[in-house]
Amino acid sequence: MAYDYAKYLRAGKIPHIWCPGCGYGIIMKSIIRAVDGLGMNKDDLVFTSGIGCASRLPGYIDANTLHTTHGRSLGFATGVKMAKPELNVIALGGDGDMTAIGGNHFIHACRRNIDITCLVFNNYIYGMTGGQYSPTTPKAARATTSPYGNSDNQFDIAQLAIGAGASFVARSTTYHAVPMEKLIKQAIEHKGFSVVEIIAGCPTGYGRKNKLASPAGMIEWQKANSVNKVQWDKMTAEEQAGKFPIGVLHQEEKPEFIEAYDANVGLS
Amino acid sequence: MAKEVKFLQGNEAVCEGALYAGCTFYAGYPITPSTEVAEILAARLPKVGGRFVQMEDEIAAMAATLGGSIAGRKSLTATSGPGMSLKMENLGYGYLTEVPCVIVNVMRGGPSTGLPTGPGQSDIMQAKWGTHGDHPAVALTPSTVQEQLEETVRAFNISEKYRIPVILLTDEIIGHMREAVNMPEPGDLEVVDRKRPTCDPKDYLPYKPEADGVAPMADFGSGYRYHITGLNHLEDGFPSNDGKLAQADEIRQEKKITDHYDEIVVVDEMDTDDAEILVFAFGSTARSAKEAIKMARAEGIKVGLFRPLTIWPFPDKHLQKYKNKVKRIIVPEMNLGMAILEVKRVMEGTVPSIEGINQIDSEPITTITILNKIKEGK
Amino acid sequence: MAKTQIRLSGSGGQGMITAGIILAAGAAVFEGKKAIQSQSYGPEARGGASKAEVVISDEEIFYPKVMAPDVLVALTQEAAEKYSKDLVDGGILILDDLMVKEAPKGNWKIYTMPIIITAAEKVGKAMVANVVTLGALNEICGLVSTETLEKAVLSRVPKGTEELNKNAILAGIELAKACKAEGGCCCGK
Repeated sequence: MAYDYAKYLRAGKIPHIWCPGCGYGIIMKSIIRAVDGLGMNKDDLVFTSGIGCASRLPGYIDANTLHTTHGRSLGFATGVKMAKPELNVIALGGDGDMTAIGGNHFIHACRRNIDITCLVFNNYIYGMTGGQYSPTTPKAARATTSPYGNSDNQFDIAQLAIGAGASFVARSTTYHAVPMEKLIKQAIEHKGFSVVEIIAGCPTGYGRKNKLASPAGMIEWQKANSVNKVQWDKMTAEEQAGKFPIGVLHQEEKPEFIEAYDANVGLS
Repeated sequence: MAKEVKFLQGNEAVCEGALYAGCTFYAGYPITPSTEVAEILAARLPKVGGRFVQMEDEIAAMAATLGGSIAGRKSLTATSGPGMSLKMENLGYGYLTEVPCVIVNVMRGGPSTGLPTGPGQSDIMQAKWGTHGDHPAVALTPSTVQEQLEETVRAFNISEKYRIPVILLTDEIIGHMREAVNMPEPGDLEVVDRKRPTCDPKDYLPYKPEADGVAPMADFGSGYRYHITGLNHLEDGFPSNDGKLAQADEIRQEKKITDHYDEIVVVDEMDTDDAEILVFAFGSTARSAKEAIKMARAEGIKVGLFRPLTIWPFPDKHLQKYKNKVKRIIVPEMNLGMAILEVKRVMEGTVPSIEGINQIDSEPITTITILNKIKEGK
Repeated sequence: MAKTQIRLSGSGGQGMITAGIILAAGAAVFEGKKAIQSQSYGPEARGGASKAEVVISDEEIFYPKVMAPDVLVALTQEAAEKYSKDLVDGGILILDDLMVKEAPKGNWKIYTMPIIITAAEKVGKAMVANVVTLGALNEICGLVSTETLEKAVLSRVPKGTEELNKNAILAGIELAKACKAEGGCCCGK
C-alpha cells in the first residue's frame, strides 16, 4: 500500500510552488516519512525557514510553521527552542539562504550546538529569483549573474558545518530518497545541532544553463558523483576528484547548548 | 507601608520594568550604551525561570526575540543606533506577523558608529519609518529613571494587548544616570498578557481579528498548529498575492493602533492652561525644558510643557487642543529637526511660530539654552 | 540645602564612579533628598581621566548633569587640570597630595591631603581610596550625615570588607579635620 503523506500535509495547500522536475518534493516526502517514522507529535513539531524555494516547504506541512526572513531561519528557531526546549525544531533553507545571507547564523548555530535539526537544500543556485549564482555554484557554471561562467569559489556546506562545530553532519541527495529519510531521522534524534545537506536539482534555474536540463539527468548526475562515506575514505584524492561523499560525515557527543546553559545558571 | 526606594541606573530600571511585566526571554547583542540591560538580565532572568542568549549579531537577536515570543514568552531585546538599523528587517517581520515584543533603543549620537558614548534623539523618525512598507508603530519616550521602569511595563502591555513590537525610545542620558525609584509592588502597575485562543484548534484563525482589531495569538506548541509568514497573508495565516486583501489587512493593522489612541498615547502637560508658548519636549531634553519653564514662569512668562510619553503614534489629538491658542511652539531636540516636522504637520497655519532648538554635539540641551529661547520672542 | 553639584575625578579604576553612586544613593535613599549620579564614558575601561558627577538637592532636579561644579575632587594631576576649568568661583577643590603635584590655580578653597597614602598605609588597602575620599569630602561639605554615609558605603561593598570600609570613612574624616584645622592647604606630611 502506498504511503499516506496526506496526514502530515495541510489540506488545500497543494499544489506547491516548485517547478516540474524540482527535487524539493522528494525531500519533503523524505522529511514526512522521517518524522512519521519517529512517531513525532505534530503539536510539538516546529518547522522554521527563511526565504527561497526550499523555505516554502513549512507552509505545506501540518505543524507549527514559521516562514521567516531571508537567512534568519536559525535565529527564529533559536528563540523558539530556548523558549520551549521540549519542542522539536527543524530549521530549513536553501544554499543561498543558509550559507550566504544566513551564513553567520549558520556557523554560530553550529558552534552553539543547540538542539535544532538544520536541513540545507543545496541546488547550487538561487532558484526563486530566477537562477543567480550562490555560494555553492560550481566554478565556471553559468547563472544569470555569471553569464561568462562563475568566477567564485564554492562552499562545501558539510565541511563548513563540521568546521564550525556542528555535532552531527550528513549529506544526501534526492537520488537517495530512502537513505535521506534515515539520515534525517538520525539528525532529529541526535542531541545537539545537526546538519543534513541535501543535494537537489534545479532544472529551471541551474540545469537549463548548464546542459543538464533534464530532471532525470540531474538525478543521474547525483547518482554518478556521490560516494558512500565508507568507500570515500578508501579512495585516493585522484579518485575523489569531482565526486562528493554522502552518509554520516561527522558525529560526536558534546554538551547541548540549552542543557549546558540551564545547568550553568541553575535552571535544571 | 512605605515603598521600597532603590537608587537605579536608567538601564537597570528598564530591567526591573521588564521583570515586573513578566519578561522571561532576552536575546541581544552587546552595544553601547545599552549593554547594561543585557548584562543585568543575563544575571536576573534565570532567577525567574527565564533564559538569556547573546546572539551572533543584532539581526539574529531580533529574530530570536520574536521566536521566543512566538513560543509564548514575553521577550525583550535592547540596542542602540547601529544595532537598531540592523534590527529593522526582522522588526518589519514582527509588525506584519503581529508578534508582541519590546525593543529598547538607548539612543546615542550620530549616524553610523557616530558618537557611541554620547546621547542623541536622532532615531525618532527611524522608530516610525525605519523598516520598509506600511505598518503601525508604537514608541515610548521616558524622561526619568522612574519612567524607565514604568514605561517598560507599559511597552510590554501595549505590545501584548495589540500584538505589536513596541520600541522604548530612551537615550544615553536617561539610560546611564542614576536616580531614586519607588519600586512598585505586585498589583501597583497593570500587567497585560496577550489574548490566547480558546476555540477548538481546528477552527483557529491566527489573524481573524476580534472587535478590538486584534486576533488571539496561540503559542507554538500549545496544540494550535498554524502558519506564520512574512508574506502578506490571509486570516488563516497563509500567504496570498491578492493585493486588495493585503491592503485591507494592512489598514486593519494601522487601525488597531489608531483606534486605541486614547489608551496608547500618554502626554504630560504642565502649565499649559494659559500658555502662550508651548515647549514640545521628550526624553532627557524634557527635563531641561521643565526647569526652563518653571524659571520662565517665575518671571511671569506664560509658557507650558507638552511632553509626550508616547511619541508614536504621534500625539496629534493632544496637540490639536493648542491650535489657534498658543503663539509659539518651541521644539528642543537632540537632532537637526525631526519631531518639529510632526509638530508642523499637525499645527502649521494655526500657530504663528514653530521654532526648533537643535543640538547634536553629544551634550544635553541645557535649561539655560531653552530658557533663552523662551525669552527670545519677548 | 540648596543644590550642590559635585564632581569626583581621577583615573579609570580608582573607584570615583562607585564613590559618586554611593554618595548620591545615600542622599536619595537614606535621607529622602533628591540626587542624581551621572558619568561620562570614554572608550577606555582603565586609565585615562574619569569622572562621576553628583547633584544633590532638596528640590526636584531636572537637568541631570553638573553645569559647573561647586566641589571637585581630583585624585590625579590630569583630572585636576582637566576638570577644574569650570569649578565655580569660591568653590571647593579636594586634591590628593601624592598624585597632584601642582594644584590648579583659581579662586577656590583648596584642600590637599594624602588620600591614597592613607588608604594604602593607614587603612591598609589602596583600593579603598574612594571611600577615604567620601569620608573627607563629606566632612568638608556636610552633604549627608556620617551615619548615612556609612550605611550607603556598606550597602555597596563586598561582604567581609565592612570593617575595612568603616575604617576608610573614619580615616577620611580625620584627614579632613586635620586639613581644616590647618586652614585647608595641609599636605599631611
